[in-house]
Amino acid sequence: MLLSIQALARRDLLLAFRQRADVLTTLLFFVLVCSLFPLGVGADPRLLQDIGPGVMWVAALLAAMLALNRLFAIDHADGSLEQILLAPQPLSVLVMAKIAAHWLSTGLPLVLIAPLLGLQYGLPAEALWVLTVSLLLGTPVLSLVGAIGASLTLGLRGGGALVSLLVLPLYVPVLIFGASAVEASASGLAYDAQLSLLGAFLLFALVFSPWATAAALKISLD
Amino acid sequence: MTINWFKYAAPNSFYPWSGRIIPWCYAAAAVLGVIALYMGLVRAPADFQQGNSYRIIFIHVPAAWMSMIIYLGMAFWGAIGLAFNTRLSFYMMSALAPTGAIMTFIALWTGALWGKPTWGTWWVWDARLTSELLLLFLYMGFIALQSAIEEPRRKDRAGAVLALVGALNVPIIYFSVQWWNTLHQGASVSMTRSPSMAAIMLWGMLIMAGAFWLYCIGATLSRVRSVMLERERLSAWVQDLEHR
Repeated sequence: MLLSIQALARRDLLLAFRQRADVLTTLLFFVLVCSLFPLGVGADPRLLQDIGPGVMWVAALLAAMLALNRLFAIDHADGSLEQILLAPQPLSVLVMAKIAAHWLSTGLPLVLIAPLLGLQYGLPAEALWVLTVSLLLGTPVLSLVGAIGASLTLGLRGGGALVSLLVLPLYVPVLIFGASAVEASASGLAYDAQLSLLGAFLLFALVFSPWATAAALKISLD
Repeated sequence: MTINWFKYAAPNSFYPWSGRIIPWCYAAAAVLGVIALYMGLVRAPADFQQGNSYRIIFIHVPAAWMSMIIYLGMAFWGAIGLAFNTRLSFYMMSALAPTGAIMTFIALWTGALWGKPTWGTWWVWDARLTSELLLLFLYMGFIALQSAIEEPRRKDRAGAVLALVGALNVPIIYFSVQWWNTLHQGASVSMTRSPSMAAIMLWGMLIMAGAFWLYCIGATLSRVRSVMLERERLSAWVQDLEHR
């Protein structure tokens, strides 16, 4: 079973690497949205420092949602998703491997570039650190929860807009605690409670999401 | 006397039964509603802080209660449907969603109308208001998903999974919004009313809640009848109904 997880994850990562443009689009979207806000609200450093954490987290949410389309749609189109469903290994485990590969190719780059964008907003050094950690804990939750939405809307007309309607309300807790951790550290307050809660969401999503995603995939391809 | 519950799980026996129930639900809802309005608008005294504007509570609170209960009801029927594979449960789930969305909308709307005279603003990012707004989005998402899927079996099951995921998330959303709110703004606007509510106000509200319950049951049953007819239009019992 471990072998099959490894094989599936490696395949997905290889595919993502070969189709770099798709992955880079998500990253560029994130960078662009973050850079657009100062142009819209003005370049006052204090204002930027205030809105920075929230803006960056909302941008991360939107980028994660945009990337969801890649998760199952391509495999669905070329029929390999049906092969995965027929495989003898438990579907939730295989789904877990796919989500992990998806996060590594779309979520992790976002986490790595975030401190650089944080500098644009004049965040202090410690807040940059907290931003990275909070995104590191939060973006896997976005991929996990998003996978449920992506599998439910698989192959539907207007799937992209629909998935945002399904998934964004469910992203709210992650947004709240992610942004407030960074804000707290920027204003010199304790932030470990927020990070702990993000960790709790991650564990909760790790337990439930692969299972729900597998059920939804079976329903969608029934 | 034992009631054979499974008899009514079959659409062809549920259809005539629900047809007989609906008028009674609506009639009782109307009677209770009139009583509650009389108690709330005429008998109940004006609040010494808020004057007469508080009277919208008689609509606002029952609608808010129903909006949450109906979401749980949707998740309940979805779970029953997934577990026992009964068609009627899925029909109930689909039929509940629009009523729930309307109740959420009424709660938000009356909340705004109440907020303007008492807080001086139509909207505050209060924990309860925000989570009610997110609940409305959850209802919208459910309805949008169900209307995007054409294949009936997938429509039922996908909706049930979404309702269950949403129901798991509602408490998480509620508590995180509450926490966020206490972090962001101080007690500039407090939703807490005076703890000792006059008995007549409480009774008026409870009777109105009863009226809302009955209305929601009646509306859901009549919607579920339409869903049933549409989905089972090719089955023998619907054809019989047509030729009778």
